[in-house]
Amino acid sequence: MTLEEMRAWARLVAAVGAYTGYVTVVLERTHGRPLAEVPYSAALVWSITAAIVGATVVETVIRTASPKVTSLKDVRDRQISRMGDYIGQSFVVIGATAAMFMAVAGLDQFWIANAIYLCFVLSAVLGNVTKVIAYRGTLPQW
Amino acid sequence: MVKPTRVTNRIRSLRFGHGEMTQAELADRIGVTRQTVIAIEQGRYSPSLEIAFQIAQVFKVPLDEVFQYPALGSSRPMGAARE
Repeated sequence: MTLEEMRAWARLVAAVGAYTGYVTVVLERTHGRPLAEVPYSAALVWSITAAIVGATVVETVIRTASPKVTSLKDVRDRQISRMGDYIGQSFVVIGATAAMFMAVAGLDQFWIANAIYLCFVLSAVLGNVTKVIAYRGTLPQW
Repeated sequence: MVKPTRVTNRIRSLRFGHGEMTQAELADRIGVTRQTVIAIEQGRYSPSLEIAFQIAQVFKVPLDEVFQYPALGSSRPMGAARE
């Protein structure tokens, strides 16, 4: 496994894990209240921080435990990285557009912030799943 | 449109014909990861022209002895065939 493939796995696991934790915490805080009234901002910031730090920690642990992982990055790694980022970015655009229309419609900040965060997570998931599939299968030609 | 590569190669037989060169040795010689050599060898990745030439130079053979591409068939423009 190359370092770049391992990074894709680490970021995928960290994004899904951190978002699952965030959703669990927010849902546990409802206590019968409407979702928009639940305090979410601290959990959201902690979740994003955990995803970034978690991916770095997972990457460091795997690198240390697996000396076979090569840190060389070649042209195939760059092509796969570019393709994954390109595909994943579609959700960033969707999230930004959704947030803009939600703000125009006067929706609560809770829904706007969560729509953006969900699209960030979907972007990370889609982008990194694409990379993993490309590493394990065939890099498609256009 | 996404389509699989149609490039085939003889890297595996060339490696064995050159003192059973390992994939790792070939990767070191051309400056890519072993995973990339595996992907090229298995036809899962169509290499850049630069990498293709580097592989051919390692085995000291012309490029078309390493990589092959199917004939274009009827879609080939008239007069474009190699003499």
